[in-house]
Amino acid sequence: MASPMNSPGVPSGLGENVLLTKLDDVANWARANSLWPMPFATACCGIELMATASSRFDLSRFGAEVMRFTPRQCDLMIVAGRVVMKMLPVLQRIWLQMPEPKWCISMGACACSGGVFDTYAVVQGVDRFLPVDIYVPGCPPRPEQLIQAVLDLQSRIKSGGTFTGKEFSLRILPEGPPRFEPDEIQRFQDRNELDLKRPTYTPEH
Amino acid sequence: MKELPAEIDYWLRSKLPAAQVSSSSFRGQSRVCVDRPNIWESLRALRDDAGFDMLFELTAVDYLEYEGARDRFGIVYGLLSIDTGKRLIVKTFVNEPDLVLPTVTDLWKSADWMEREVYDMFGIVFTGHPNLKRLLLPTEFTSFPLRKDYPVKGRGERHNFPIITRAES
Ligand code: SF4
Repeated sequence: MASPMNSPGVPSGLGENVLLTKLDDVANWARANSLWPMPFATACCGIELMATASSRFDLSRFGAEVMRFTPRQCDLMIVAGRVVMKMLPVLQRIWLQMPEPKWCISMGACACSGGVFDTYAVVQGVDRFLPVDIYVPGCPPRPEQLIQAVLDLQSRIKSGGTFTGKEFSLRILPEGPPRFEPDEIQRFQDRNELDLKRPTYTPEH
Repeated sequence: MKELPAEIDYWLRSKLPAAQVSSSSFRGQSRVCVDRPNIWESLRALRDDAGFDMLFELTAVDYLEYEGARDRFGIVYGLLSIDTGKRLIVKTFVNEPDLVLPTVTDLWKSADWMEREVYDMFGIVFTGHPNLKRLLLPTEFTSFPLRKDYPVKGRGERHNFPIITRAES
């Protein structure tokens, strides 16, 4: 922000009370310092999320302590815990109901990758089906890690955000890993007894 | 006094002469196996005449590739007599083409959700059940995941969702 103290045309005596800045910067400053999280806490990571918000760790020092249990009043989705296939449509619906601009933190090994729950019912990472901005590793992550994630998100909003949110409209491709891992594709082939093996190359001499 | 399973065994045989009954006991747990056509009658007799007035468990076991097993699925009923505090496990077996059993919701109301769960996980159909549909899994699920021939990682059901990109949300 530049001080226009010495600009011509500014009445003397007003100079020190005027700041010039960009609209984007003002919007980013306001957004980054008042994040309203939506606590999507489905498992044990949710306990750590509660600890983060309570007095010992005190997320409110960074302006992100007002958790609302309706998506209409939130702009930061914190997915804390494993998401099963019956819960994923709910998660997607809540995400779509949150007003713009909005961000998503995937907290814990389970939300990021399925964790140890590599079973038929557990979604192997919410980033396969949702756009995730910050990942927090750990099982469960320490509250300090979640606070760090919020700080990272704040610096990200401050550095790249725009007033109209046009940085979101550029993200038109899925950002997560592909739906199927190579070993899963292999198992489908085995189950269907497809013979898609490569022909072996035998040199002629 | 005779051991509980032997006693029940003898008593059931005298009640239902047509039933094939066997019994065993393991670490103080009493088990009685009854063949499938007589399971409902046996359970009714145990409830009305032997005082087992509570069904505390109804579950199933898949014995595929289990050592020494002759049948595919075992259905396990856990009975409790509230007066005496005695517990009794009643088992019966079903095999692959017709996985059908009579419901026991008419004997114990508590069987309702437990039979739905067994149907959900193993695909065993309880005839006469008032509302036999999936309990835990989504209704569009097509397989029965606790069967041993179902892969632990599933058949792609967990990937069958639309992907929401940032631009369209
Ligand atoms: S990452 Fe660990 S603490 Fe978090 S939901 Fe999964 S199992 Fe629980």
